[in-house]
Amino acid sequence: MRAGGGGRLSAFLFRRPRLRLWLLLGLPLAWLVVVYLGSLVVLLFAAFWDTDSFTGQVIHTFTLENFQEIGETPVYRDVASRTIQMAAMVTVADVVLAFPIAYYMARVASPRTRNLLVIAVLMPLWANYLVKAYSWRTILSEGGIVNWTLDPLGLGFDGFSTAGLWLTFTYLWLPFMILPIYAGLERIPDSLLEASADLGGRSLATFRKVILPLAFPAVVAGSIFTFCLTLGDYIAPGLITSEQFVGTVIYNIRGQALPTAAAFAFVPIVVVIAYLLVARRLRAFESL
Amino acid sequence: MVESRLTRVLLQLGTGLTLAFIYLPLLVIGLYAFNRNVTQKWPIEQYSLKWFSVAWENEAVRDALKLSVLAALGATAIALVLGTLASLAVARYSFFGREVITFAVILPIALPGIVTGLALQATIVDILGPLGFSFGLSTIIVGHATFCVVVVYNNVIARQRRLLGSLEEASADLGADTWQTFRYVTFPQLRTALLAGGLLSFALSFDEVVVTIFTSGSEETLPIWIFATLSRPAQLPIVNVVALFVIVASVIPVYFAQRLAGGAGLRRRPAPLLQARP
Amino acid sequence: MNGRKHLALRIGFGGLMVALAIVAASCGGGDDEAGQEGTAAPAAWQIEGLGTTLDEIKQLAREEGQVSVVQWAGYAQLTEEFQAATGCQVNTKDGGSSDDMISLIQTGEYDGVSASGNASVRLMGTGEVSPINSDLIPNYADVQEGIKNQSYNSREDQPYGVPHGRGPNYLMFRTDAVPEDTDTWGVIWEPDQLEKYNGKISIYDDSIFIADAAVWLKATQPELGIENPYQLNQEQFDAAVELLKMQAPYVGEYWPGDVAKQIQSYTNADSVVGTTWPYQYVQLTAADPPAPVKAIKPKEGTTGWSDTWMIHSNAANPNCMYLWMDHMISPEAQAAVAEGFGEAPVNLKACSVTTNPNHCDEYHADDESWWQDVYYWTTPTEDCGDTDDSTTCVTQEDWKAAWTEIRG
Repeated sequence: MRAGGGGRLSAFLFRRPRLRLWLLLGLPLAWLVVVYLGSLVVLLFAAFWDTDSFTGQVIHTFTLENFQEIGETPVYRDVASRTIQMAAMVTVADVVLAFPIAYYMARVASPRTRNLLVIAVLMPLWANYLVKAYSWRTILSEGGIVNWTLDPLGLGFDGFSTAGLWLTFTYLWLPFMILPIYAGLERIPDSLLEASADLGGRSLATFRKVILPLAFPAVVAGSIFTFCLTLGDYIAPGLITSEQFVGTVIYNIRGQALPTAAAFAFVPIVVVIAYLLVARRLRAFESL
Repeated sequence: MVESRLTRVLLQLGTGLTLAFIYLPLLVIGLYAFNRNVTQKWPIEQYSLKWFSVAWENEAVRDALKLSVLAALGATAIALVLGTLASLAVARYSFFGREVITFAVILPIALPGIVTGLALQATIVDILGPLGFSFGLSTIIVGHATFCVVVVYNNVIARQRRLLGSLEEASADLGADTWQTFRYVTFPQLRTALLAGGLLSFALSFDEVVVTIFTSGSEETLPIWIFATLSRPAQLPIVNVVALFVIVASVIPVYFAQRLAGGAGLRRRPAPLLQARP
Repeated sequence: MNGRKHLALRIGFGGLMVALAIVAASCGGGDDEAGQEGTAAPAAWQIEGLGTTLDEIKQLAREEGQVSVVQWAGYAQLTEEFQAATGCQVNTKDGGSSDDMISLIQTGEYDGVSASGNASVRLMGTGEVSPINSDLIPNYADVQEGIKNQSYNSREDQPYGVPHGRGPNYLMFRTDAVPEDTDTWGVIWEPDQLEKYNGKISIYDDSIFIADAAVWLKATQPELGIENPYQLNQEQFDAAVELLKMQAPYVGEYWPGDVAKQIQSYTNADSVVGTTWPYQYVQLTAADPPAPVKAIKPKEGTTGWSDTWMIHSNAANPNCMYLWMDHMISPEAQAAVAEGFGEAPVNLKACSVTTNPNHCDEYHADDESWWQDVYYWTTPTEDCGDTDDSTTCVTQEDWKAAWTEIRG
């Protein structure tokens, strides 16, 4: 029997739920706080430090110059607004692409088809991000499949452009949008839709007044990914375009101007946290 | 059902198009792996298997593969422990700041990878460095584990929401101690969720590049090798082969995670994305 | 944002406690004049763990068994032969720009780096690279004297590494789009030319490219008085930045050291004119079928580089790194890299083992007059790199900031 020590410890713990809670929470919390939040704090501190103009190394004197530079130089504002616009456009495109397939999976397909479709959507989600971005680079290039298709029609498409990047991002994050919407739609009880029909609601009215509001938290949940992941990416922009985005600027200046990079990093951090807070209010976390 | 015939046809069409959109790029990269030519031009003129053996004989690729697997195993192990503990706490107790935990677990994947990466790199260089740590497998694992926690957490917590607390109470009433209850009652019910979360965590780690670039030092995981090699034109055919391999390798665990999460005889309403089975 | 060169603590940034502790510690014995001149070079070339004789180095290298270096794409050559001879396996990491390479070497994970002048000067300034003992590098004696002990590879006549080779940044164009007899940078700077090649121009994505604008201004606007394209006063700098901003809307791609991207864009005629390294030119003309491209040094002169293999002060594998430096200036490796990358070797013994017997002539390895108007990359500094106190120049930091703005 394990009774001896184990039993006593167990009884001891049983009487102290707080202690049990802390035993459970302690390790994960310590990890997240020390490793993750700790690192973030280290980085954010750097935003208030100075750099040596010759070596580019950090000097530990407090300064607000980095924020001043970010605020006063138009290029940072341009890049930030360009990136946020891109994130918004990618989100919209993903919602538009995701809704039909999610709806079909949730409400039309037979259980068997549905299962197949879930797997079909999930598998590419986990396929390598870099490989997918690289694939788009070959597809969008002048000698790639897009221009090969358009060429006979007398058309050309400059794939290494903002539009090409938009397409790439839309592709990369699409499964992140499909799955929450699918889950959200499936949770809507059939009876609700029948009731709406019984009360004379036409398909469109039912869709607009019943389905959309109920699916909205799921859309927001999906948008956490499409929006936040676009905001901070630096690899896909580098592979596809020459245009600067928040991620690429931070990546490029980090070596020689880490404090400025850290100060600029506040932009996506603030935007993402604000987005998450709004998403939580909209009950989107339960749909994750 | 309220959908009209026309709606259904349109939905089918939309579904087909989206699926095509999802799979086309994967197909293209798969085909390029068989391209005999070094230049990546469409259409492919000559197919060949020759790059497969070239890729296999490439020592850097094999080393990178080994490192990727080790990193994914390490990160998954840590994520399993941390994710399970956190989910047990959140599912069973109500406490001040419970909401914050959910938030904190999500943050590492929601915040831009470049921020996470830069922050971890700064910490490794400036805080761990003086303490004698350096870049390598361990730092890669630490970085990966941080954002793998959320997948395990989400899978396990979703399973727990469906579990019956009464079973554990019965176990305690019958004289089992905390450990025994966990070992014989709680754990078996969570097993498949853990396995699913673990597989997804493995896949997530195996594919990660955005943060890994900052935490790997001079070591190369497979995605890092791909990233570095993208700028070496002569080696692109090898990249294609490795890309195909990586796609297949990450898709297999996901497939099994699917089966597992749906298994255990628990039919449930779907939820979430970061779980194996919505 | 200038005027702070007095202090360069060898730390990044960290938790406050750790930082304070290190600040306190390093104030005592730090290299506190991290500027460009003035400090006596440390006599101690000895790195922890490095053998004191060549034999000892060779023996210790076998125990190390590996060496990790940051390099420009295509630099490491004959690595298998090197491993067979020394037992050191070579791990390479490509850098896309000098800043990139500095970031990489600062992780402390690499034993050495092939640094261009705009990296080497800063690395020597921070003490991240160590002076070398050339007696332990037998091939060093064969390096051209004119390249030894330059400002970018030594301090106070103490060498900080071995010269690797030098080359120009070319103007490259597709001959089916740009007249074959083009001999001027005007094709990427003059408004009517820019209009003509709109969207087909390929530019190196790094702040050091501001110097290329300065080279053009030096030739076409003598009233600005530019002498050294890297040491610009505010007026000259502003003129260069303005020129680059004017050019930016016409640029089709900025290539960030990602040579594959540029090669692909020239192959597909996405780009038809721009700046390049000889490496891409060599690759494009060696392709099957060869791309119709031509690369020249325009009449205004050009920027270029003279690179140096340097060893990290805390290299984990110093013995293998010493052998690697020796290997890279051996005639065979010099020949391989000179032909592979398209540059001039610094060890002229390489000229007799190149596969193209005329390679050294074609790349002007021994023709100093040809290099007169090739301005090697170096770091812009506040004192303009001279001793005249009355002049001040725009610093590296501001070059970097301006480049972000130019890119928009």
